[in-house]
Amino acid sequence: MATNDESKKVRKLQVRRFKPEENPEKHYLNEEKGLWAWMTTVDHKKIGLMYLGSIVFFFFVAGVLALLLRTELLTPARSFMDADMYNQVFTLHGAIMIFFFLVPSVPAVLGNFILPLQLGAKDVAFPRLNLASYYIYVIGALFTLFAIFTGGVDTGWTFYTPYSSTTSGGNIMAMTFGIFILGFSSILTGINFMVTIHKMRSPGITWNKLPLNLWGLYATSIIQILATPVLAITLLLLTMERMLSIGIFDPAIGGDPVLYQHFFWFYSHPAVYIMIVPGFGIISEVISTFSRKVIFGYWAIALSSLAIAFIGFLVWGHHMFTAGQSSLANMVFSFLTFLVGIPTGIKIFNWLATMYKGSIDLKTPMVYALVFLFLFTIGGFTGIMLGALAVDIHLHDTYYVVAHFHYVMMGGMVMAFLAGLHYWWPKMFGKMYSEFWAKITCAVIFVGFNMTFLPQFVMGAQGMPRRYFNYIDQFQSFHQFSTIGAYIMGVGFVMMAAYMIHSLVKGKPASSNPWGSRALEWQTSSPVPLHNFEHTPVIINGPYDYHKPMSEFQLGIAAKHGHHHAEEEVAVKVSKQEKE
Amino acid sequence: MNRISEFMLPPAKSTTAAETDALFHFITSVSLILLLGITIAIVYFAWKYRRRSEDDVTPVITHNSTLEITWSVIPLILVMIVFGWGLTGYMNLTTPPDDAYEIRVVAKSWLWEFHYQNGHVSVNEMHVPVDRPVKLVMSSDDVIHSLYIPDYRVKMDVLPNRYTSLWFEATEIGESVIYCAEYCGTAHSNMLATAHVHSQEDFEIWLETAGAEDDDMDPVARGEQLVTRNACDTCHSSDGTRLQGPTFQGLFGSEREMEDGEIVVADENYIRESILEPNARITAGYQPVMPSYAGTLDDRQIDAIIEYIKTLE
Repeated sequence: MATNDESKKVRKLQVRRFKPEENPEKHYLNEEKGLWAWMTTVDHKKIGLMYLGSIVFFFFVAGVLALLLRTELLTPARSFMDADMYNQVFTLHGAIMIFFFLVPSVPAVLGNFILPLQLGAKDVAFPRLNLASYYIYVIGALFTLFAIFTGGVDTGWTFYTPYSSTTSGGNIMAMTFGIFILGFSSILTGINFMVTIHKMRSPGITWNKLPLNLWGLYATSIIQILATPVLAITLLLLTMERMLSIGIFDPAIGGDPVLYQHFFWFYSHPAVYIMIVPGFGIISEVISTFSRKVIFGYWAIALSSLAIAFIGFLVWGHHMFTAGQSSLANMVFSFLTFLVGIPTGIKIFNWLATMYKGSIDLKTPMVYALVFLFLFTIGGFTGIMLGALAVDIHLHDTYYVVAHFHYVMMGGMVMAFLAGLHYWWPKMFGKMYSEFWAKITCAVIFVGFNMTFLPQFVMGAQGMPRRYFNYIDQFQSFHQFSTIGAYIMGVGFVMMAAYMIHSLVKGKPASSNPWGSRALEWQTSSPVPLHNFEHTPVIINGPYDYHKPMSEFQLGIAAKHGHHHAEEEVAVKVSKQEKE
Repeated sequence: MNRISEFMLPPAKSTTAAETDALFHFITSVSLILLLGITIAIVYFAWKYRRRSEDDVTPVITHNSTLEITWSVIPLILVMIVFGWGLTGYMNLTTPPDDAYEIRVVAKSWLWEFHYQNGHVSVNEMHVPVDRPVKLVMSSDDVIHSLYIPDYRVKMDVLPNRYTSLWFEATEIGESVIYCAEYCGTAHSNMLATAHVHSQEDFEIWLETAGAEDDDMDPVARGEQLVTRNACDTCHSSDGTRLQGPTFQGLFGSEREMEDGEIVVADENYIRESILEPNARITAGYQPVMPSYAGTLDDRQIDAIIEYIKTLE
């Protein structure tokens, strides 16, 4: 009952309207200058940008590797690289994309930049820890690059034992150690975000006024904190086996290889949700903003993220339907897998319902969000297919699986990331990009993506196994079509790089709120001031209340002894954090 | 419908394939209908509710319980149907009939051995009778492999520390491809085998004569046949091409440098040792990955292979 009383407590605040300054002379990009200032910055926005640079680099590297793979697959036998090389290239493509691009992309880049802004905070709860997370990421990345240049890795990104504990190809120890280190970056970021969301909300931001982007990041943080240590443990056990010959996974010395798969997927399945759940948050923001309409089913979207995070921990066994686990285990994992489908479906319907009777402006972020809806739905349906036991026996480890997770990860997560990047770009750099070229590029990527991966569903259903260097002739036309699609997609990303660079150099200045959003991060200047807000924001409406005037979203605590007098008095609920 | 089915799935050649295919088509159809609906809604809303002016006022619709329950419950019912259907099919796939004909399968990097009940072993060729359940009891000698026959819609991982099994009943006389579906290293994509389905009589004839059929051949021809049959040529070429293992061309009588620096002359004893204990000595520049053929090849067969290698100068 005590909590009930607390939630009823309100306090009166003297507030006035703070209109954001347009085209500020001083902002976070120019207040501190020089390389050293950047490298030692504890500003969440700059750290976000450093992550952005890093993940763009890794996306480029792994993307080039993907194009090499697709080129090799133009012919059924050897085209230009040998089998060992091919095996290394697909391993690195997967490992780099997953661990160095997908996992850190949304939380570490967009999360870092936007999370404190959406809370009206000056920074994350532990700014130094935030910088440390970045350097841990860099050290992990350096280990991995070292592994690549000292022999590479040929185990597949899944590092299945006993192959990975016995193969003599490449430098697996350096690679696993790199990923081990990287995990800590992920864990620390998760902790930082959780504490920030709990403790640093501006007056008035109660849990039911928290932007859905933050619900997404919150759910992600839970998974990062709980699942990543299991990966670290697994990689440590693998290292112990390889270096000290302790039999854990290798049957030759008394271990059990399937145990490894359990450990690995206990992290790596929830990791899929580390990648996609923050994407859900972005899509909610973008669809509401560009429909200029209150989000449909706020609580359904918020809680379904948490539900996905929770159930996501209990479905790892669906990667192992053919691995020899018991029929009972297969049945339970199949059942739970279908349960994840429900909250995911709810989200899609909620976003559609948000568009209903909206005022829809098809700007680039919105176009990416709609592309996300389409591609992610395909990814979801094919996931249902793979969850069905009898069918999965046929499709497991074929190109159907490859196509499925590219639809979820690239069609879902990368499209959500691009939606977010285009959405917050003006806030990050204070510049607009060319709408025309951005939309053309989006179309090119959409066409290229579908050309690449749709044929892979057919190939997989026809029985083409994944990770094949050679293949039988009947699949050649599918592979060639897929390769052409990949080239088109590659052209799309080059075009994106071009107009983004053009925007940075010659882009038109952005206003503080080019999309007319009600969200808090748009109620400060573009680019953002060094300390985000020159005042303490006060929130009296939900972040998607488009039926209320903009002035109500720009309130801040009036200085008691300043020139400006309070214009009005508002009552906000007292949350626990403020009492302390 | 048949055409779509042929485009999407390989021919169904086992008794269980039809049920798997039916579920595949059910999920595909329902998904396409729902996807079409969602896509139409996206495009229609984007056009119908396009922004007409900056002052557009949108209605406040925060939720609608009836609608939300509907779009939670209907998908739930659909996925439960899929779950039950998939489970039923899976139970059939994992419950072999009691009278199934048993074949032992041994996977090695990178070949498949099929051991029949009369002691005969065939490599990369599986011979089975039509219209009779066959159960494969499988294990691996090294890393994890996975036996996959798309035409039968069956797949099972083959593990180094335990037996796994799968069963099928072929419905057509003919051939089907067998893949390794679990990544196992350099020649993973060459680890193919063929399923030969015979009539019951032909199968019995094959089984009786398989071991003896090459007795009257001359040793060189027999050796060449054995090299193909036992998948030696997956890794060793006869024309000088470098594969996973050293080529047979010019091998006999040459001086070979081993990984530890030792120089060995490739004579009869060296080749015999390489077949029976492949990892005793490794040629410099190659990986110790060859499986042992002890118990698979007898002395006469090894003689024939040596005779064949001698001819490749």
